[in-house]
Amino acid sequence: MAERKISFMNAITESMDMAMEKDDRVILIGTDVAGGAEVDHLIQDDVYEDAFGGVFGLSKGLVGKYGRERVIDTPIAEHGYFSAAVGAAATGLRPISELMFNDFIGFALDPILNQGAKMRYMFGGKAKIPLTVRTVHGAGVGAAAQHSQTLYGMFGSIPGVKVVVPSNPYDAKGLMLAAIEEDNLIVFSEDKSIYGMKGEVPEEYYTVEIGKASVTKEGKDLTIVAIGKMVHVALEVAEGLEKDGVSIEVVDLRTVAPWDEETVLESVKKTGRLIVIDEANPHNNTATDVASVVADKAFDYLDGPIKTVCAPDTPVPFAANLEKAYIPDANKVLKVAEELIFDLKKE
Amino acid sequence: MEKKTALWIYQKMNEIRFFEEQVRRIFGKGLIPGFVHLYAGEEAVATGVMAQLEDSDYITSTHRGHGHAIAKGCDINGMMAEIMGKKDGLGGGKGGSMHVADIDKGMLGANGIVGGGFGLAAGAALSIKTLGNDNVAVCFFGDGASNEGTFHEGLNLASILDLPVIFVCENNQFGEGTPFRYASASETVAERASAYNMPGVRVDGMDVEAVYKATEEAIERAKAGKGPTLIECDTYRQYGHFEGDEQKYKSEDDPNRDRDPIIEFRGKAVENGWITKEEADSIESAAEKTIEDAVAFAEVSPLPDESSLYKDVFA
Ligand SMILES: Cc1ncc(C[n+]2csc(CCOP(=O)(O)OP(=O)(O)O)c2C)c(N)n1
Repeated sequence: MAERKISFMNAITESMDMAMEKDDRVILIGTDVAGGAEVDHLIQDDVYEDAFGGVFGLSKGLVGKYGRERVIDTPIAEHGYFSAAVGAAATGLRPISELMFNDFIGFALDPILNQGAKMRYMFGGKAKIPLTVRTVHGAGVGAAAQHSQTLYGMFGSIPGVKVVVPSNPYDAKGLMLAAIEEDNLIVFSEDKSIYGMKGEVPEEYYTVEIGKASVTKEGKDLTIVAIGKMVHVALEVAEGLEKDGVSIEVVDLRTVAPWDEETVLESVKKTGRLIVIDEANPHNNTATDVASVVADKAFDYLDGPIKTVCAPDTPVPFAANLEKAYIPDANKVLKVAEELIFDLKKE
Repeated sequence: MEKKTALWIYQKMNEIRFFEEQVRRIFGKGLIPGFVHLYAGEEAVATGVMAQLEDSDYITSTHRGHGHAIAKGCDINGMMAEIMGKKDGLGGGKGGSMHVADIDKGMLGANGIVGGGFGLAAGAALSIKTLGNDNVAVCFFGDGASNEGTFHEGLNLASILDLPVIFVCENNQFGEGTPFRYASASETVAERASAYNMPGVRVDGMDVEAVYKATEEAIERAKAGKGPTLIECDTYRQYGHFEGDEQKYKSEDDPNRDRDPIIEFRGKAVENGWITKEEADSIESAAEKTIEDAVAFAEVSPLPDESSLYKDVFA
């Protein structure tokens, strides 16, 4: 049966809508998640029209359906409303709290780092924090140094926080629904430059397991582990190398914390070679973590060094050519791959 | 107001407006990456404040920072090139619209982080005070930014340390699509000043002279060692939050909606004999030309060298 195709962003909207429909305790809270609060002409017959529906339009229509009690516009006060979301999650609600750009975490970090992530542990297992933090990462749209960072790895380094990074519309919907169902603090990080990407998404309610990677493409010579948008870079590389007779396995990590060691190790044990692509800055990120674990647990299976392809150790530049040079792409991965597979290529 | 001051103000107001109109035009043509937040409509605030400042005074700005930068004396060609991501930009094309800056002109940067400037301005004022300089720091911020926790921390700190800083709120009634009257529990930003034991004044932000006078008093106070002042300027942005915004939240009866601070100032300046009609006309055409030249300059400026990606991470 031919499946319906919708965009990455529509898949996320649909999942939030379904979760709110299913459970009254799910609320959406953030800056301009509706927009236009108390603007008279945006209320007709007691139905609210949103002015933004989120700056990227991902929550469009939700205020009309669920009202301003459940789709809550906040003042621009990330620390305040993130704290409130943690407090509400600990006491009976299941908030989705939106951080418009992950870069704004500077103002909202404490509620995650010191409160939400640690309460259950410190309270002897008595608290649950069913909070989904929706946020946006990634370069590629000319948004410059304070609106383009890739910070999921930083969130992932906090014990008590799970971090999900979908690479396609199907996973986006299923992972979002799984995140909202979980009784844990989950950061759901979306790459803004793939919002328009379309893919098959079933209409019904379904979940994708958090903590489970997916093998997007099977192969036998080289494993490429990738995250979010970088999965598409990996697939592009795989297609190119396949022509040279090199068979690539692409693993989409999907959850970056805690990431799926089993699937990654199994793949590396099969192929003996590993490249990890991560758009984060090159140190202390998910790619270096994957590399260190694989070096530890699959050393004997490796036929070459583990390679990581990341952004450089700089802020995200604004100029179009510099930004392009900043983001990992197929060419950069191919260059690195050459070192690993030179002996495999068919002449 | 002195003739010299009025001429300067009128020139800067026009440069800002023409600048924003050109940015709007070339953004529409796809020549500017990312997004832009235009200052058109709020010119009276930047120029009224900056007419009281010198190069050696500091300002912190916002995501809506082009007007502040022009009024603070940043090179207009360099600004336009920066916004287009070119090599000759003030930041070598690495910052863009939201990060236009020139520290040599006392311009500590537009800022992509709403509410990012309160502490920075307090810090600049701390330098001024500690180094014994006869200067002030001005923090521009929006009504939306006034609800960040940093507002409280910055104002309180500046007050207890008696820092020579002036907090200038540009209340254009909206933070993106959220009205100030919804987002703030207090009716005005100015009234919060009393909690920090500093004067809080509210002025017509469409009237340059009102802004100019309020700033003069605040500077006097700051330089006399009496600490900060909060000035709230009521204003309005002519365009959307960013280019492309449908502006569904605006309504016909928004106050200040039909006012234009540049037209108002021209009328007042001519009436008071500060500037003649001929002078006003020639300022307008000169400003238009300045900005057209800036676009031409920026268009031919090359893209930055790729090696610059790795430069200036550290000193
Ligand atoms: C910390 C932070 N939160 C949110 C944003 C997104 N944002 C950019 S501008 C803006 C509205 C700011 O409103 P205001 O301070 O009134 O300034 P105005 O845009 O009206 O000039 C918002 C929410 C941001 N850039 N930084």
